[in-house]
Parts: sequence; structure tokens; C-alpha cells
Amino acid sequence: MGLLSQQYDDGNIVLTSVEGVLNWARLCSLWQMSFGLACCAIEMMAASASHNDIMRFGVLPRPSPRQCDVMIVAGTVTLKMATRVKRLYEQMAEPRYVVSMGSCSNCGGPYWEHGYHVLKGVDRVVPVDVYIPGCPPRPEALLEGWMRLQEKVRDFTIVKEK
Amino acid sequence: MGKTHEEICTYLSELFPDAGLEYDDAVPCINVPPALIREIALQVRDDAELAFDTLMCLSGVDFGDGTLGVVYHLDSMSLRQKLTLKVTIPVAEACVPTVERVWRIAEWHEREAYDLVGIVFQGHGDLRRILLPEDWEGHPLRKDYQVQEFYNGMKVPY
Amino acid sequence: MTENLDVLRQGIASGRLKTDELVLNMGPQHPSTHGVLRLELVLDGEIVVKIIPSMGYLHRCFEKHAEAMTYPQVVPYTDRMDYLAAMNNNHGYALAVERLLGIEVPERVEYIRVIMAELQRIASHLVAIGTFGMDVGAFTPFLYCFRDREYILDIFERTCGARLLYNYIWVGGLSHDVHDGFERDVADFIRKFRPTVTEVNNLLNYNKIFIERTAHVGVLPADVAVSYGCSGPMLRGSGVDWDLRRDDPYSIYDRFDWNVIVGDGAAGTLGDCWDRHMVRVGEMEESCRIIEQALESFPAAGDIAEAIPKRIRPPKGEIYTRVENPRGELGYYLISDGSANPFRLKVRGPSFVNLSVIDEISRGHLIADLVAILGSIDIVLGEVDR
Ligand code: SF4
Repeated sequence: MGLLSQQYDDGNIVLTSVEGVLNWARLCSLWQMSFGLACCAIEMMAASASHNDIMRFGVLPRPSPRQCDVMIVAGTVTLKMATRVKRLYEQMAEPRYVVSMGSCSNCGGPYWEHGYHVLKGVDRVVPVDVYIPGCPPRPEALLEGWMRLQEKVRDFTIVKEK
Repeated sequence: MGKTHEEICTYLSELFPDAGLEYDDAVPCINVPPALIREIALQVRDDAELAFDTLMCLSGVDFGDGTLGVVYHLDSMSLRQKLTLKVTIPVAEACVPTVERVWRIAEWHEREAYDLVGIVFQGHGDLRRILLPEDWEGHPLRKDYQVQEFYNGMKVPY
Repeated sequence: MTENLDVLRQGIASGRLKTDELVLNMGPQHPSTHGVLRLELVLDGEIVVKIIPSMGYLHRCFEKHAEAMTYPQVVPYTDRMDYLAAMNNNHGYALAVERLLGIEVPERVEYIRVIMAELQRIASHLVAIGTFGMDVGAFTPFLYCFRDREYILDIFERTCGARLLYNYIWVGGLSHDVHDGFERDVADFIRKFRPTVTEVNNLLNYNKIFIERTAHVGVLPADVAVSYGCSGPMLRGSGVDWDLRRDDPYSIYDRFDWNVIVGDGAAGTLGDCWDRHMVRVGEMEESCRIIEQALESFPAAGDIAEAIPKRIRPPKGEIYTRVENPRGELGYYLISDGSANPFRLKVRGPSFVNLSVIDEISRGHLIADLVAILGSIDIVLGEVDR
């Protein structure tokens, strides 16, 4: 019945830990919450369109936070929006990840000094896993950030502290 | 080409002899007393010789010398002419009659001027903040604006 | 669809169908609000009774920044207002300051500016068309549109190094000259791009489902459009023949021969979503024509900046300048007090103005049509909220 109940002689068998399989499965199907905030969201869209095709990483945009693993905060988080971002994050199921895309959500970006209505970094309201610098980051940078996130997922363990 | 500001000002002064309309050559624009802006707006929209059917822009300005202003940029698509009207008011009584029902778009522009500069438009149907949250303190485009330290528990300055 | 809707409406009007009003919140993270727009919908069953838009979720204080920056420093912030049409925003701002300074820019600069602005217009319309298709349920055109948009971004990137926000058109000139082979690249692009319009026509615009979803929906009569100050494809879709490039000419647009595309109600009623959409499709072809003509008389060499002092201090005064952005009339109201920073810079964003009409044109439609209407207005929240 189990994974290894067949015969071994066709060579198509991999031995691994449960954790390894689970993490591998998870990192290949990280679903993304599809909402964009500002200019960076256009580059996020470009990353999912024809030239860069982020879907080959198993990324599927979902409109509901309850079906998502990753929230990409793409753009300027204003004070009016910050409470909403926080609420969306809270609605996601664990384990959940946050990618902060662009200078604005990293630290306020070009608006850090005179932007009276701009939150100076989304990490002031939600914990961030990967920061992607740039204004806007190129789609390639988003892909790189995504691979960093996958590395993080690969090392995740529920069994014991490493 | 349509009429110049000077011609329009002369024309309007004949219709409103006591209004004290002033033609300002430097900008150019016509200075209108606040109480009359609604009547003048209706006039310039409906008069066949003026026909200013669009309000291109309505801006609230803080002149920094104790006065605020509302500037109306008008355009006539049919007659190809433009007009700038200006209303100046003291900060202490920042009140101007609304032109919301003259040009429909004025509704949002006036809400914005109220939000960012703090000019109250009398008779406006729905004068709420449009960009900033309802519970924001102050009007950011005033020259003496001091940003608040915290909003909703989040630090505002860097 | 429409017959069912009529039955519903009759039922409600005659009182035979008892209904209650319901308030539904849409946004600010709804995937089809094109950013962070929030709409409070008052619904009667599935029929929209009233819409209360609430914006400001992307208010990034542009006007305050402009007062704190010097004139050249404002340019990158103008990029970030309408981030789908950064070149056009740069252009409008540069024109406003130049008119205040009273300077003319060299011929070659004007040509490059026009070519860049028109390429940007095509890129922006491609996003509008692609996302509009996606809003009404067609995913494939989105991929086709973004594919061609990337070719334009490649040209921009070769010239100024950035894909989205360029900071390219400066006051008095350009940040730097175009790259070698620029003309060849642009001509190549135009040749590659022309078939896309046919492709999109076949895939989307004359698709029966698409027409059913967009024709007769969100009809905007011309007089309402004018009173609300709508501009760009919104206004032209309603049959008003008005384009600032022709009617209030700036730069060198008066040298070229092109047509203003106006909606004609071919699939439904004049001024419906389909008309607005088709104006955008038609404008891409017209932009190609402008670019081709500009390439023919493109000056091979020349200055790319007017000699102006490093610290720009326009004389005391004020000016209102407007240009035709892909979304409509982009106006800059600039007051100078003679110092190095603008005293006040107010922006009249076409998206802001166009969005204000949504309540008026959505009443009585189904909630699913609202998504089509919103897509056809083509807003960019960065410019609505600034
Ligand atoms: S980081 Fe730059 S590109 Fe991204 S949202 Fe901020 S201003 Fe826009």
C-alpha cells in the first residue's frame, strides 16, 4: 500500500525523509496571493506573463488569502492600506510567507522622507521572509527572490530543531 | 482662437457690475470674490459666448501668507478658449460656495481640496476626506503642516 | 443575459419581486479593481443600486514631495504616478516647467520625446486591453499583449536602462541620447507589432462572448462625459472628437498626419464598454503611424538638451499645462515663487477624473458587468491617489 510497496527492480525509486518529500512538494507549489499595490505590481504581472512565466515555479495566483501560501507585497504600503495588509496576512493559513518586493515595501522607498501617508516598510506590520531590492525590481529579481524563498522552505522542519 | 482673459473679464464685469471682478495680467486670470463664484460659474458655463463646458482642474492652494485660494481652470471645447478663475480667502474663514452642481467633476476635486488643503465648500453634498483616512489629523498641503507622530499605532515619520 | 436582466428589473419596478438592499465591499485587494481601489456597492439582489468609491489606499503624497524637491528631482516622482505611462508623465511635467522658463528644446529632442511617448501609449494600451480581457474572462489575449509590450520595454531599456520607470525626459531635454540603432529597433518593432492588432481583433474584440459581455454595458452619454470632465478613450468612446494632441497641440504633433479614433457604437450603444475598448485598439495603430512618420524625418544628429542652468529657478508665475496621456488629459498646475522648488504642483490625473463617473454609469447593471465597466475605464491607482 505504501510508497515503497512495489518492487525495487525498475529503478524508479527514491528514498528520502518524510520531511524532504513534504518540503519538496510544498516548495514546488507555493501559491501566491494575487493582489498588487503599486508600480511593482506591474513587474509582478510581467513576471507571470509570457516572457518570464513564473508559473513554471508552480506559482498559481489565487484571489483568496485562505488558499495562499505566499503574499507578495508589491508596492507602496500606505497607512490606510497597512491595516488591510495585516488582516490579509492573518487570514492566510499557516505556514505562510511574505515576500517584500521593491524598496517601498522594504523601507518606504522614494517616499521615506516626505511621505506622510506611507508606511516605512511593511515589516512594521507583518513579518517578512524575503526582501527584494529595486525600484521596481526586474521580473528576474522576483524570480531570484522566489528561489530564495524556496530554499527557505526546503530547510523547514516540523520535527525537530536543527 | 477664442476670447482672451481680458475680454472675458470686461464682458463679465458688464453682467456683474458690482462684483468687483479683477483681471490679473501676470497669470493671467480673473479674481472672483468668494461669495459670487457659483453665479459666475453658472454664467460662464451657460453663456453662449463663453460656453465653458469643462472644468479641467480645481486646485486648492495655500499661499503661505495667511490666505488660501481655489483656482478653477476652465475649458470650452466648442469655442476653443480657456479661462482661469481665482478665489482668495483668509485661512480663518476657509469657506467657498461649491460648484458641484455646475460641473459634476467638481465634487471630487472639492473633496480633494478639502482633504489636502482644508477648504470647506459650502453646500457640498458629501464633503468627506477623499484620499486620507477619516481620522487623519490636519491638512497636509498647508504650509504649516506638522505631520502627526503616530497613526493607529504605526509610526508616521521614518 | 439582457432579457433576464430586463425581467428582473421589471419585477423589481412593479413590486412583484420583493427585495432588500445589501451593502457589499469590493476591494481594496480585489483582483479586478486594478490595484487598491475599494468600492462600497449597494446592491439590490445582483443589481447595482449605488457605488461609493473610496480611494486613497495608494496616496503617496506626490504633491507634498513636489514642494520639498527641486525641479529636476520631481521628475522621478512623476514616473511613479501613472506607472504604466511614465514617459507621458515626464513629458507633461517637462513641458510645464519649460513653458514657465520660456525655453524651446532642440528639434531632435522633440522627435525622441514624441516617439517615446507614442511607444509608451502603445505599451499602456496593451496592458489595458490585456487586463480588460482578463477581467471579462479571456486569459490568452493578456499573454499576447504582454509579449508585445516586452518588445517596447526592451527598446526603452536599451535607451535609458529602465523597464518601467524611466526618468528619461528631463526639463530642457533628455537624460541621455538614444542608443545606436534606435531607429532600426523602433522600425523593427512596428513591423512586428502590426499583426498583433489583427491577432487581438480575432481573439478578443470580435469574439461573440466578449461582445456580449461589453456591448450595451456601461453606456456613457457624451454630455455626461463632458460634465464629468472625462477625457481620453473614455470621452472619445462616447463619440466626442477631442484629442489634445490635435486640439491643443504641444510638442511637434501638428507635423504628423493621423486620425483621432472615435467610438461609433458598432457593436451596441454609442459609449459602451466595447466602444471604449475599440478606441484603444484603434489608437495603437494611429500611434504606429505617428512613429513611422517621425522616423522618416528623424534628425540623425543634434543636441539632446537645451543649455539650462543646473539649478532651475523659473521666474515667479504659474501655468497650467496639459498633455494627452494614454488615459486622457494629464494636467499640471505649477506655481513658482522664484525659488528652486515648486511652490505648488497640483496634478489633474485623468484616471481620477474618469473614475468619478463610475457610479453614474453602473447603476442598474449586474455586479458582473461592474467588473467590465471598471476594466473599460482603465484606471491606474497611482494616479487616482497620487
Ligand atoms: S519600489 Fe519603486 S516601483 Fe516599487 S512601488 Fe515603490 S516606487 Fe513603485
